[in-house]
Order: sequence, then C-alpha cells, then structure tokens
Amino acid sequence: MDFNLTTEQEALSDSVRRFVERDYGFDKRRAIMDSADGISAEIWNKMAELGWFGAGLSEDAGGFGGGAVENALIAEGLGRGLVVEPFIANAVLTLQTLAALGPFEGREVLVEGIVAGTHKAVLAHGEADARGNPRIVATKATKADGSWSLSGAKSLVLGAPSADTLIVSARTGPGDGDISLFRVDPAAAGLSANVYRLLDNSRVSDLKLDGVVGTLIGPEGGALSAIEAGIDHATVTLCAEAVGAMDTALFMTRDYLKTRQQFGQPIGNFQALQHRMADMLVELELARSMVFQGLAALVEGDADQRRRGVSASKVMIGDAGLFVGRQSIQLHGGIGMTEEYAIGHYYRRLFVIAGLFGNADIHLVRYGDLSWAA
Amino acid sequence: MDFQPDPQMLQFRNEVRTWIRENLPEHIRRRAWRDYHVDREGIREWMKILHAKGWSAPHWPKEYGGPGWTPIQNFIFHEELRAAGAPVLDRGGLELVGPVIYTYGNEEQKARFLPPILSGDIWWGQGFSEPGAGSDLVSLKTRADYDPATDEYVVNGTKIWTSDAQHADMMFTLVRTDQDAKPQRGISFLMIDLKAPGVERRPIYTIDEGLTVNQFFFDDVRVPANNLIGEAGRGWSYAKFLLTNERTMSAEVPHSERDLIQLERIARTVTKNGRAVIEDPLFQAKLSRLSIDLTALKWAVMRVLYAAHGDTRLDSVASVLKLRGAELRQRTAELAAEALGDHGLAVVHDPDNHDHVKNDGLAPDIIEDGYGITHKCMYRRTTTIYGGSNEIQRNIIAKAILGL
Ligand SMILES: Cc1cc2nc3c(=O)[nH]c(=O)nc-3n(C[C@H](O)[C@H](O)[C@H](O)COP(=O)(O)OP(=O)(O)OC[C@H]3O[C@@H](n4cnc5c(N)ncnc54)[C@H](O)[C@@H]3O)c2cc1C
Repeated sequence: MDFNLTTEQEALSDSVRRFVERDYGFDKRRAIMDSADGISAEIWNKMAELGWFGAGLSEDAGGFGGGAVENALIAEGLGRGLVVEPFIANAVLTLQTLAALGPFEGREVLVEGIVAGTHKAVLAHGEADARGNPRIVATKATKADGSWSLSGAKSLVLGAPSADTLIVSARTGPGDGDISLFRVDPAAAGLSANVYRLLDNSRVSDLKLDGVVGTLIGPEGGALSAIEAGIDHATVTLCAEAVGAMDTALFMTRDYLKTRQQFGQPIGNFQALQHRMADMLVELELARSMVFQGLAALVEGDADQRRRGVSASKVMIGDAGLFVGRQSIQLHGGIGMTEEYAIGHYYRRLFVIAGLFGNADIHLVRYGDLSWAA
Repeated sequence: MDFQPDPQMLQFRNEVRTWIRENLPEHIRRRAWRDYHVDREGIREWMKILHAKGWSAPHWPKEYGGPGWTPIQNFIFHEELRAAGAPVLDRGGLELVGPVIYTYGNEEQKARFLPPILSGDIWWGQGFSEPGAGSDLVSLKTRADYDPATDEYVVNGTKIWTSDAQHADMMFTLVRTDQDAKPQRGISFLMIDLKAPGVERRPIYTIDEGLTVNQFFFDDVRVPANNLIGEAGRGWSYAKFLLTNERTMSAEVPHSERDLIQLERIARTVTKNGRAVIEDPLFQAKLSRLSIDLTALKWAVMRVLYAAHGDTRLDSVASVLKLRGAELRQRTAELAAEALGDHGLAVVHDPDNHDHVKNDGLAPDIIEDGYGITHKCMYRRTTTIYGGSNEIQRNIIAKAILGL
C-alpha cells in the first residue's frame, strides 16, 4: 500500500485548491447562484481548460489517463469551495458510465465534447420510487418501426437543466438486467422537465417522458452493470467532495471558537466545545479513511466487492458529514444560522450529499446483502 | 398513583377539539399546516376568533382575560390546536411578556398592554440577545439613560435575532440603566415602541432562505419611563421568570406530536420500491424510535404539569425538557425529509409568502404534506441554539441538579 500522491496528482490537487481560493470566493459563488442559470460558463470553461473533465478517465475511454483518485482529488477541492457546477454529473457519472458501457456509435465525439467542456451530457437514471437503488427502473422503452420510444419518469437528474444531451435508462425487457441506455434530446417531443433547486443550490430536473424518441447506445439490455459502475465511481467522488466540505467547515468552526468571546473568554476555552470539536475531527479522519477504502473498492475486479466497499464509504461519510455539518452550525450559535454566513451552506451541501445516490438505508441494505447473505 | 386519564379531561379534550374543528378557517389551517414562518394576517384572524371565545390566552389567569384553565388543560388545548393544524400564536406577547406584565407591571401597564395582546392587535418581539451577548446575556450593552427633564429613557445600542419582529409593534428588551452597578443589577426591563423615531430594522435571512429574525438598531430612541417594568435594575430577575416560562413551553411536545402526524402521512404516501415507505423496516424502526422518544418527553412534561407546587427539582427539569424537546424537533423534520426521498433534498418555498432570499420560483412538484419539510429541516438547527443553547442547558443541569 502507498497512500502518497504522485507528483502529477499533487499538482492536480494544488491546482484545484488554487482555483477555489482565487476564482471561487464565497461572494463569487453567491453571484453565480443568483444568476439566471445558477451556474457559470466562465467557471466551466476554466475547469475544462485545466483538464479536469478528462483527468479521471482512462486514455482508452478518451481521457487523460487518470482514474478515481484524480476525480477524488478534484472533488475534494471543489467541496472546499462548495462549487455548484455539475462536475460529478458530467465528468464522472456520465463519463464513467460510458467508459463501462463499451463502444457504441458516436461515443468518441460525445466523450470528446464532455472532456473539452463544449458539451454537457448527463445520466438520467434515478427514479423517485427507487430512492437511490440503481436496480429499480420502471421507465420503459419500446421499439416500433425501428425506432425507440421511452415512457416513464426520472427523478432528481443532476445537471439536467444545463445539459444538451440526456442519457436515459429504460427497461427493454422484463428481466432484472434488461436495462438499456438511450440518447435523448432535451428538447424532444413528449419530454417535460421540472427544474428545481436542491438545498445545496445546485439545479436538477424531474423528467416526465411520454413517448420520447431515443437512440439506443450500447447493447440492448445489459446496461445495468455499466450504470452501477458509473454510479459507484460517482459516489466515491462525492464522498471525497464531502470530506473537502467537512474539513473546511470544521476548521472554519475551530477558527471561530478561537475568536468568539462569551463569559469573558474565547468559547474555545470551554471543554464541552473542545470535546465536540474533537468528536468532529474523529469523524472527519475516519471519513477520509473511508474515501481511500472506497477508492480501493472501485478497482476491485469483483463487482460485488466494489459495491460493498462503496456502500460502506457512503454510509459512513454521509453520517459523518451530517454530524460535522450540524455541529459546525451549533458551535457557531446564531451566526451559523444565517444565510449570509458560509457555514450553513456547508451543512446544506453535506445534507444533500448524504441523500444523493442512495441514503444510508439504501447502502446499509446493499452492504448487508453483500456481507451476510446466507 | 393513578395513571388513568381524567374523565373530565377527556371531555374537555373532546370539547375543544370539536370547537377548533368547527371554527378554524380552512385557509388558515392549510397554510399553517405547511408550517413555514408565521403569517401575521392569518394569525390575527384566528386570534380574533379565539378571543371572541375567550381562549386566546389559554394559560393566563381569569382576571386578566384567560379562561382560567389548569396547566394540564392548557397543554391539552395546545395539543388539539397543533393536531388540527392551527397556527402558533404571537408567543412574544402571550407567552413571554404578557405574564411579566401581569406579574410585575403596574395597573396602568396592565390596562394599556394586556388587552391588545389578548386580541392579537399588538405583537411583541423579544429583544434580549445582542451581537456580543448571546449565551452570556448578562454582558449586554444596549443602554437606556434616564432623562429627568422629559421622564424618558434614551436608548442606544442594538438587539439581534429578534424572532418574527418584522411583524412586531413593540419589543420588550433588557437594557442597561446603570453603568456602574454589578452587571446583573444594572439591567432593566423596558418596552419599546418599534415605530418610535431612531429605531431601524435589518432583516436577517436564515439557512432555510426565509425571514424570521431581525437586527434592530436604536439611535437615541426616546421611551416613556412608564414603559419600564417594575423597578429599574431588577430586569434580570423578571427575565429569569420569563425564560423559565419559555423553557417549559419549549419542550414543544404538541408541535412535535403534530409533526409526527405529518411524518406518518408522508411515509404512507411516498413509496419505496413500490411500497409505502412506512412499510420499510429500517424506516419504521426510526419512526418508532422517534415516537418512543417523544412519548418519554411527553411523560416528563406530564410529571411537571401534574406536580405539586413548590417541587424545586422541577425548576431544573425545565432544562431537560428544553434540551430533548429541541432535539426531537430536529429529528422529526429530518426524518420527514428522509421519508420524502428525492424531494426531501429540495428547496421548497412557502407558496404564500415571497419573503425569501431568493425567489427563483423553482420548486419540485411535491406532495401537499411535503411543503415546509426541508425548510424546517434547515431552520430547526436553531432549536438547540435559541432560548439557551443545549450546551448552556447541560451546564445548568450539571450545576443546578448535579451540583458539579
Ligand atoms: C433563529 C433564532 C431566533 C432567535 N430568537 C431570539 C429572540 O426572539 N430574541 C432574543 O433575544 N434572542 C433570540 N435568539 C438568540 C439566541 O437566544 C442566541 O442565539 C443564543 O442565546 C446563543 O447566543 P449566540 O448566538 O450569541 O451564540 P454564542 O453564545 O456565541 O454561542 C456559540 C456556541 O458556544 C456555546 N457556548 C457558549 N457558552 C458556552 C459555555 N459556557 N459552555 C459551553 N458552550 C458554550 C453555545 O452553546 C454555542 O454552541 C434567536 C436565535 C436564533 C438563531
């Protein structure tokens, strides 16, 4: 084992950190959130120029040769600045799903566009009733006259409001594995999107599909394993982002305890608060360890081992993020409750992260099934 | 001991339940059930209805316009109000300053202030906290200097975190009237008209994106000396009396019971893998746990309500109630968000109130019982902070009960 970063990885990590410090201050972020689309083309282009969209993708798949470690480093940095751009949706979830799916016509162009930042394509897989269980898909695709038609509903599609391409999963047969992926034009007839904002200020869509035309990509049936691999990769990336957010919130709180005076002394003098902060640090360090564990799981040859490891990371880090986020507000007192102040926004992101790609319950069950099943 | 519910109380419960059902207007109920920040117009309308019946101040003594109920009747009434979806009333006036005025105020103050509190015409904000004086309230700095020429106090300083005071007409404050006395002895209890010249308000939006707290700045604000309660320099003891009332109420059992009803409804409506979420064993275990913890809190409240007067242990039990009550308010909201699934991660503004940080009009197509849930989930991080934080409650328990 070796937990050290390579020189290239160090440089990547530094570049994300510098970018967040210089180009993504809290006021800048607020201006972006308040803009019409809630994201920034300027920021997106910079991220593309810095090569982050292809950094975690193998060369075979059209990337720059990295993997999950690179994606985790980028996400951790983005988590520090609460960057709202849909990095994970496009550059991780979509690209990793496509990489696992194997070749199909038009793949190179699609991947190239995402890596270059000129196109945004997002995976529309989750459904409300599935609650993050990737195997539950009710949306159906039927074939008539050589063309596919999709009907159903997709829920909380990350990055959908700004995407020019949707990659929609649908059932093409009754069997568990009979799930396929389709390329869908967001402006297609029969498709309606309801855009809303999550607590972390990212924008997502709920989609309704009523006889929407889609182009099959990859094999008919059998896309589920690629989807699961993509989601697992994105989940670990999200866990790394959580650690970046937790770390920042924790040390912001530590600094506040050193300056805030009550009862004639810095509140950091109170042992009750020192112990609370120590507990937060314990959670943070264990969460960080579980990012490594998750990264190890992603390169497991055995898909079930991968799933089990990713679920373990998600359960632990989701809960740790909630604890650190809540206590960061608590220890700030009233000021922590204000919208103006950053700490509440860290909690809002950590709250959302705990629920994305399946909450603790979903992953506890998956972990349990893969660990203790007779 | 006898744990059987009193037949008279059962009858009382039925009576108030029926009356509330017949008299609570549907538009007020619907809005209050969504449980966002207060809506003054709706509450005023409801206050008028309650007032006409003589029930607007259920815990006040009869001589001041209360119904003369026992604490247990008051509790039952609140349970029924919340369960029916009635809005929370102006707490500043009814629960906080009202009892201070009728306990320590002079006859003129009682005559001037109590009737408009009862009728809901004058609303009150609580101006205790300051930027530098939160947990350490005694260190407050806002000063009120007596001007004998006009028999007025001249107020300078700032108060922060005053809940719902964007709707308030008056604010009761703690101010320093004696700069030389020991910190607690220099504090007085002063009631300030918020429309007076020199008062300025800054809204503060909270992490739910809504408006409920404010900061007020006082710049040479002139307040008639007869707005001072009791004696100058004794404000701290009046405040302690008031805060003890606040803590007993702040177990918030009726509100958490109501939240549990809403939570159950959500969990019966929303599905997980084709079945109602409430049937999911993991979810159900959490719901049961919450329900059990709330039952424990309710029994603790019952012990206080039925206790003989003069049981000194019960003073510090108030801290136990506040502490656990605050946690349960957070947990009920959080489990409700969890029950909602994907929409439990979304910003869902109050469709009837547009005073939000952002009004982009974006919202998911959410079920009716889902309104207000994520808002509460965020906003209720405050329940363990305000009214004496949970850390401060633990300090009180350690000192006052455990003698540590
Ligand atoms: C939404 C909201 C509504 C409010 N409404 C009102 C209102 O209507 N009127 C009003 O007057 N005030 C109101 N408050 C103010 C509230 O009572 C204060 O926020 C509270 O007393 C804490 O003070 P603070 O915010 O200054 O935090 P601080 O006192 O600075 O506390 C910061 C942290 O330090 C901890 N801490 C402080 N001292 C100790 C200690 N000795 N030991 C251990 N831990 C300690 C606290 O528990 C907290 O975690 C409201 C606050 C909020 C957030």
